[in-house]
Amino acid sequence: MGMTLIEKIIYGKIERHSSPGEIVVLPIDAAMAHDGTAPLMIKSFEEMGAKKVWDREKAIFVIDHISPSSNEGTSTLHKMMRDFAKKHGIKLYDVGEGVCHQILPEMGYVFPGAVVVGADSHTCTHGAFAAFATGIGSTEMAAVFASGKLWFKVPESIKININGKMKEHVTSKDIILHIIGEIKADGATYKAVEFTGNTIREMSMDSRMVMTNMVVEMGGKTGLMPSDEKTRAFLEGRIKVPFKELKADENAYYSDELEVEADKLEPVVSCPHSVDNVKPVSEVEGIEVDQVFIGSCTNGRLEDLRMVAKILKGKKVKARTIVMPASREVLLNAIKEGIIEDIIMAGCALGVPGCGPCVGGHHGIPSPGDVVVATTNRNFKGRMGIADAYIYLASPIIAAYAALNGKIIYPR
Amino acid sequence: MIIKGRVWKFGDDISTDHIIPGKYKFKTIDLDELSKHLMEGVDPNFYSKISKGDIIVAGKNFGCGSSREQAPLIIKHAGIAAVVAKSFARIFYRNSFNIGLPVIESKDLVDYVNTGDIIEISLTDGKIYAKDMIFDFKPIPDFLMKILEDGGLVEHYKKRGKFPWE
Repeated sequence: MGMTLIEKIIYGKIERHSSPGEIVVLPIDAAMAHDGTAPLMIKSFEEMGAKKVWDREKAIFVIDHISPSSNEGTSTLHKMMRDFAKKHGIKLYDVGEGVCHQILPEMGYVFPGAVVVGADSHTCTHGAFAAFATGIGSTEMAAVFASGKLWFKVPESIKININGKMKEHVTSKDIILHIIGEIKADGATYKAVEFTGNTIREMSMDSRMVMTNMVVEMGGKTGLMPSDEKTRAFLEGRIKVPFKELKADENAYYSDELEVEADKLEPVVSCPHSVDNVKPVSEVEGIEVDQVFIGSCTNGRLEDLRMVAKILKGKKVKARTIVMPASREVLLNAIKEGIIEDIIMAGCALGVPGCGPCVGGHHGIPSPGDVVVATTNRNFKGRMGIADAYIYLASPIIAAYAALNGKIIYPR
Repeated sequence: MIIKGRVWKFGDDISTDHIIPGKYKFKTIDLDELSKHLMEGVDPNFYSKISKGDIIVAGKNFGCGSSREQAPLIIKHAGIAAVVAKSFARIFYRNSFNIGLPVIESKDLVDYVNTGDIIEISLTDGKIYAKDMIFDFKPIPDFLMKILEDGGLVEHYKKRGKFPWE
């Protein structure tokens, strides 16, 4: 029997076959905590009496969730992180560097075959690079920082085969929202979700990361894609290990298989208050929008900003619109391409690279009763910092049109 | 390990944002302070209603969303003795053992009990006693049970000088 992609990555680490349900212990290639999770991690690390970090090159802190700090309490927690990073000699990406899930691949921590853990649920994003990447809690992260290893139950794999050329105005965000609407919020719980097919092959890395990012919204342990020339092109000059192409065997066993005809899909949105409440844009057309947020670890990359600028160029937004590039590199490239000028001239507010209002900490918390269109990944009640807000998750294209028109419209 | 307590019943898909809205966790790691907001996203007065030893019983996908460990931590800190749900999101499930909060999967219990009922959970036997019914659940794996008995991963490491995987 052949191996699925996750089984292949595990094989690469333990040099033997494993089967779903089995518990394995894996060495960790990169371990990341951010300002929402690192303070508790530090507390556990110190309470354990751990003395040193197992590998300074592989342990990473990122200040991105409330960045720059908006209040004294957060500033105190940030200092706790900076002090720990200095004491143990680990790398800390501070204010202005960007969202952890953009920084990790940009800085070369992620590569095909790597095992990546993050004290953040969207760590599954890195599976777009044929890595096994998953979210863990703060105390487990403390244990990883101390030991460099962690236990995992080998997951069953679901294969989602996606083929066909997407219509105009349809993006990888629409595909993943469509899939979550079908599978539902817990349909992939504990499972590895492997994406294949010619639609994935044709996609840029920016588009691929949108899809693996949202696997946790259907309960998945991790999302995975095979590595290819596009993966190589992104990672070249960034990673310190030799690049390898990694894909599942033809005869691998999957607990479930799903076919998606990408050429038949329409733009969709996730309606309040759950990610799996997915509807075609045509069904919600006309809903008035108060605020638009474009950014986050889901859709704050260069390709996303390009799509937005193309729509907004030379026009003025009607809804309050906040745009936050996912990283310093994304922001710099967007400036070079003239995208930022188009976005600012259209009347958008530009934020510092980071998570921004996605998680409700700062930088654009909606007003009571606001309808929000966001390119982010969660629309739970209260997610953006206020329970009385109605969040629609959408692609950058749908978000840009909502910004221009002050309401959700089907792009024509 | 026997846990006996009063039930608080919740529905499906209770996310970690419902358990503790993200906006609070960035400002402090003081659990007394954070606990006041327990379940605020579902019932803003929940913290003032509960007593030590109470049990949360919920539907499917409990603890979905963010990986924040503050969610199981404040459930435990507020005095909740255990959570029984149809199913759990995986990060929440792992976090709960790591901080010493018993979490149990039972497909049927939530449809049988109501808020205010008294139930008894025997972790070692894998049984829940509710009124005149007994619900079986899959026993917790040994190494997780040890972490739980020690009071979480930090205490486990302090006591044994190594992690379960070493």
